[in-house]
Amino acid sequence: MVSDNVFDLERIKLRDLNSALHGASEADAAKRWVVKNPNGAHAVAAGIRVPMTVQIDGHVGYYCAGMNQQATVIVNGNAGVGVAENMMSGMVHVHGDASQAAGATGRGGKLIIDGNAAARCGISMKGIDILVKGSIGHMSAFMGQAGDLIVLGNAGEYLGDSLYEARLFVQGSVASLGADCIEKPMQDEHKSALHEKLKQLGVAGEVDVSSFKRYGSARRLYNFHVDNAGAY
Amino acid sequence: MTMHTKAAPQTLPRFSSTFSPHVLAEIRRAAATGIYDIRGGGTKRALPHFDDLLFLGASISRYPLEGYREKCGTDVTLGSRFAKKPITLKTPVTIAGMSFGALSGPAKEALGRGASAIGTSTTTGDGGMTAEEREHSSLLVYQYLPSRYGMNPDDLRKADAIEVVIGQGAKPGGGGMLLGQKISDRVAAMRTLPKGIDQRSACRHPDWTGPDDLEIKIEELREITDWEKPIYVKVGASRPYYDTSLAVKAGADVVVLDGMQGGTAATQDVFIENVGLPILGSIRPAVQALQDLGFHRKVQLIVSGGVRTGADVAKALALGADAVAIGTAALVALGDNDPSLESEYQALGTTAGAYDDWHEGKDPAGITTQDPVLTARLDPVKAGRRLANYLSVLTLEAQTIARACGKSHLHNLEPEDLVALTVEAAAMARVPLAGTNWIPGL
Repeated sequence: MVSDNVFDLERIKLRDLNSALHGASEADAAKRWVVKNPNGAHAVAAGIRVPMTVQIDGHVGYYCAGMNQQATVIVNGNAGVGVAENMMSGMVHVHGDASQAAGATGRGGKLIIDGNAAARCGISMKGIDILVKGSIGHMSAFMGQAGDLIVLGNAGEYLGDSLYEARLFVQGSVASLGADCIEKPMQDEHKSALHEKLKQLGVAGEVDVSSFKRYGSARRLYNFHVDNAGAY
Repeated sequence: MTMHTKAAPQTLPRFSSTFSPHVLAEIRRAAATGIYDIRGGGTKRALPHFDDLLFLGASISRYPLEGYREKCGTDVTLGSRFAKKPITLKTPVTIAGMSFGALSGPAKEALGRGASAIGTSTTTGDGGMTAEEREHSSLLVYQYLPSRYGMNPDDLRKADAIEVVIGQGAKPGGGGMLLGQKISDRVAAMRTLPKGIDQRSACRHPDWTGPDDLEIKIEELREITDWEKPIYVKVGASRPYYDTSLAVKAGADVVVLDGMQGGTAATQDVFIENVGLPILGSIRPAVQALQDLGFHRKVQLIVSGGVRTGADVAKALALGADAVAIGTAALVALGDNDPSLESEYQALGTTAGAYDDWHEGKDPAGITTQDPVLTARLDPVKAGRRLANYLSVLTLEAQTIARACGKSHLHNLEPEDLVALTVEAAAMARVPLAGTNWIPGL
């Protein structure tokens, strides 16, 4: 039997909410946790460690669902800076827009943003999969190490600057590419991989994988050489 | 008749002070390679330092304590501002952050063994926490770095304290540099990067920008760890008054201030030698900030950067620090640059005491390397014992000086116990020039 645990942040403190979420056992996974009136509070649902579902009705501030492990966190609103930063596993779904550094340094799990994401989306990503249905701002995937950033809209300037091994798929336009980031051929294997990711992210069939362009590292800057110094 | 001509006296070849042999060699090296010199360690130039201060032992106007008979406390508690679980060190000397990757596994283990034996803490570094490190360190501080290599919330919770690293004394404003030679399979896996590439860690955190963001970031770290862990904020010494003020404003439990003599695994020589402030000129502004805010001894101050002796420890505490951290000295205690390895250092084109190419991964001592043959040379038990001995000596030396100044605890040392030998040191440490009442600038 699924029942609600409702936390109204106009009536209880953030510390009490997070303390309850951190104290939840795996048996609590059957419950549906609901957070009302977040009103832009920071660190809402940060540091969860068990497979539970938390629904947040409203806008959240910085670092919502930070370092999430296993949980599904749904934001029915907009998210501030660093949503799902350093996520290890699980899923975070923002139904509105996200501010800067969405999914920063994320190591695993899935971050879905229905709206747009601001600058530095996926900065230093290390294994997370990020799907942005809208557009992303400048310097996104800066120093991205691993994981997939999939954008249905457009990308701002300097996409993938100093990129390592993260894979970038953009359906719309790209204002400019950053240092050492290049467009790479979208072959059948990449279309297949993208389709699989879109399926995991729950949007397979909504978009045509043939309409995406793929970007990755040219790997010219992996070991410093003076002849490449001007690339930065 | 034979004419005997006497050769005219010749001048001795004279090297320029500006273009010294070292400078000339560096110009030639740069011209040949097209890349700046990268090395490990701290600054090598002469800087105003603790050696330029002296203690005023007790005589008539002050009453000394009996050495070895009367108690002189050394303990320090860190994190008493917000943390539910502050940590207490038996000695105010802790081990500074040094990464697995920069250092070998046995070296990290030895640091843990030595520190734990004395009742103090060690600190992780850029690259995350290893199981060996946690196992052998009774108190372990987990560094939260701009690169976030190896960052894991489970490790945050395993730590005894969290150190948010913003800067490092050897390179304030600069990022890390771990060259491909040292990127073994394990190091690469921990950092989620391909093996063998140069790992240039970021110079700034990816998901916050200014001090207001830092406050929110610290709140997040506290929420994730249920407000249990002390949160340190580490800065490289450059603007210590303002950086300390802002760290306090952001909610730090502890401020860590690293002077430019502090070491690094590898960075540009020009950076090490030309950026930052010596620790002597950094402590008083930081203490002043804490005093102005009413937080001196409430937000603790750890200072580092060239601490070598118990006298250095005592002087740092007298200037207002709560504890010191050591890095380079700890590595020397483990066996770094040991003269017994002279022939091997010479084969590398250097000599014991000057070896600093830590990034090349060829350290004969097995400390700053990932080469399995070389790392096997370091016995972590014996090296840990050497470190424990050294930490004991630092503590005993500091106590000896404190007792001579009539202090029953190291934290009772104060600037009034000090004089300076040079005008520069007097101005930086804000203590009188010896034999005068003059403090330049005040």
